[in-house]
Amino acid sequence: MSSVPRTLLVSLLVVAGGVAVLAVATSGFRAFTSETARRIDVRERPRPLPPVPLQAADGRMTDFASLRGRWLLVDFIYTRCATSCSLQGSEFARMQDRLARPIAAGQVSLVSVSFDPAHDGPQQLAAYQRRSGDRGAGWLAVRPVDAAGLDALMRVFGVTAIPDGLGGYVHNAAIAVVDPRGRLVAITNWDAPREAERYVLRGLEP
Amino acid sequence: MIVPPRGYRWLRLALWAGLALPPVRHALEATMTLQMLVQIPLLAVAGWWLAPLLARRLLEPLAAWNCNGISGILLASFAAAVWMLPRMLDAALQNPWVALAKFTSVPLLVGLPLALSWPRAGFVVRGLWLAEAIAMMFRVGWLYMASPVRLCSNYLLDDQRQLGRAMLAIGAAICLVLAWKLLWGQGGRAGARQR
Repeated sequence: MSSVPRTLLVSLLVVAGGVAVLAVATSGFRAFTSETARRIDVRERPRPLPPVPLQAADGRMTDFASLRGRWLLVDFIYTRCATSCSLQGSEFARMQDRLARPIAAGQVSLVSVSFDPAHDGPQQLAAYQRRSGDRGAGWLAVRPVDAAGLDALMRVFGVTAIPDGLGGYVHNAAIAVVDPRGRLVAITNWDAPREAERYVLRGLEP
Repeated sequence: MIVPPRGYRWLRLALWAGLALPPVRHALEATMTLQMLVQIPLLAVAGWWLAPLLARRLLEPLAAWNCNGISGILLASFAAAVWMLPRMLDAALQNPWVALAKFTSVPLLVGLPLALSWPRAGFVVRGLWLAEAIAMMFRVGWLYMASPVRLCSNYLLDDQRQLGRAMLAIGAAICLVLAWKLLWGQGGRAGARQR
């Protein structure tokens, strides 16, 4: 065999292998960013939440296991945030209105988790909710109490927060949907809360 | 390309090892621009430098499967494409296995095959590859400059825009150098004379 057919053979193998690797690296040419990839992965393989101890704004201890049996809409915040988190907060307050009925029936809760627990104690969490216009029912603001718990939550939810160079953070804000079995089943855009609401309302249909 | 002087063969391996040192690694991964335009290209150079360390009897049979350097250049292009995905830049920071894959595949599947193939490539193959490289710099650079959302969760938007501007500048620089060589230099004619 002369070198031209051999080269052709190897080249075809390289192209086939290369396309296969690119397909895996992009979840089948659907995800070019890690944000899209985490959304596809969560949708296709729901993730059980770790039993991480959490402290709520009223100082009481809780965890995701004790919130099972209802749908949860979860976002990650830090209370010093002057930009997107403050908008996230007022969005959550408006969701309290729109979801008032399932909230009153104990079918849905909203949960804001701080990824800055060193700063965000119960007081700061309570102040954040007040500032955002908390309607008083069905919205829990919590912080993980230890670094291991924070790491575990950020890994499962796929949250990345990096210093913004101005003393705050930039993070991939989103609204995560947790089903009544305590599994993370979807991640939706933080600035389009109707997506998350529709997801939950569909789940509540008999 | 800069190569280490003869007799200092270990220097060829030192670049690869040096890039993997934790402080060097973290410094070069601190911004998107550094990772994409300094660290990954240097890893490819480290692989290129390995070529002369390979035994001749290993290389000669390989050459029969690499007519005009086409197989090697294809391999390098696909491997490089993987490390241009924003998702992989993120994963290389967060997942140690992906980091290991980057530190091995960029030298061994991008730099080394290019070193073994580029000298065998004729004018047409080189021209095609360079045209595609320039187009890629402009396409990706424009995307990074124009995107209103962060494509990497681990890097800031400003960083992404800076990378976009740098890629446009590099694409333009390659164009100018090529135009210069084609019009006045030896590159075009020397390349055309091969084969």
